[in-house]
Amino acid sequence: MSNITNEGLVLACSAVGAGLAMIAGIGPGVGQGYAAGQGAAAVGRNPGAKGNIMSTMLLGQAVAETTGLYGFAVAIILLYANPLIKKL
Amino acid sequence: MLDNIVLSSAVMDVDFGIKGYSKLDFFGSDVYLTSSHICLLIVAVIVLVFAIAANITIRRADPGKAPGGFLNVIEFIVSAVDNMVEGGMGIAHAASYTNYIGTLFIVLVLCNLSGLLGLRPATADYGSTFALAMITFFMIHYAGFKYQKVSRVTNLFKPLILSPINIIGEIATPISMSLRLFGNILSGTVMMGLIYGLIPWFLTIAWPGVLHIYFDIFSGCIQAYVFVMLTMTFISQNFETE
Repeated sequence: MSNITNEGLVLACSAVGAGLAMIAGIGPGVGQGYAAGQGAAAVGRNPGAKGNIMSTMLLGQAVAETTGLYGFAVAIILLYANPLIKKL
Repeated sequence: MLDNIVLSSAVMDVDFGIKGYSKLDFFGSDVYLTSSHICLLIVAVIVLVFAIAANITIRRADPGKAPGGFLNVIEFIVSAVDNMVEGGMGIAHAASYTNYIGTLFIVLVLCNLSGLLGLRPATADYGSTFALAMITFFMIHYAGFKYQKVSRVTNLFKPLILSPINIIGEIATPISMSLRLFGNILSGTVMMGLIYGLIPWFLTIAWPGVLHIYFDIFSGCIQAYVFVMLTMTFISQNFETE
């Protein structure tokens, strides 16, 4: 283990951190699936309002997606604009 | 030691970053003409050519006859934007915002679709999405002060204990809007870049097309729609005067 450079250690841990940051994708996945299920139920109850239900559902899903995208932004920053490597 | 694996050499070709093309000197600091500028300029030229063609067609249109092919397309776009803004903001205020919302929607859709032309989408650059979100931010507060006057400020402190949350919520609006658009388009760009870098060249002819349908067309149109809808929702929240 003695032949790991400091830079290599930081890069490896950043890659692991980027992978861990993408666990944030679980939440939006569950939320979007739930919203889509409720949307399908709403269309089943009231097929005439399909257009309104679709646009409301897509808007809500896009808002719910934000937390996942924060995780994605953290992962991309760790991989391509790593702030930790400058602290060595 | 793993040099002769095809995969490891192909990975080196993965490229989806913003590329700077020509270095300009802007009052002593280096400014690059990046791929985002080029994409935005191409989109601007497309919109401009379309607008001029539409203008000429509308001027030459004969009101007595049924509209032809291109005029039908223009009418469809105009009526679709009109309906969208009326649905989102109410008929009373729709007329004064249709111009901006329609322009924003057309530019965002074309920017998001520009990945199909092999360009790097301009909306995968945080600079451009943050600029668009800041325009929305100032429009929100302009409408707020116009319709609610001083109560716009006092409403922030209504439950006094919640005032920090209200203020942070106001500041977070442009950040979350810009990050949402940026993140969605960037994730599509990254995925497409990885796939183009990983597969051998003869597969790039057919197979990524399926993914382009999802990442560029579906996701791009949805995100443009969502950005425009959120802009309309946030602005029209200020219309009701209490």
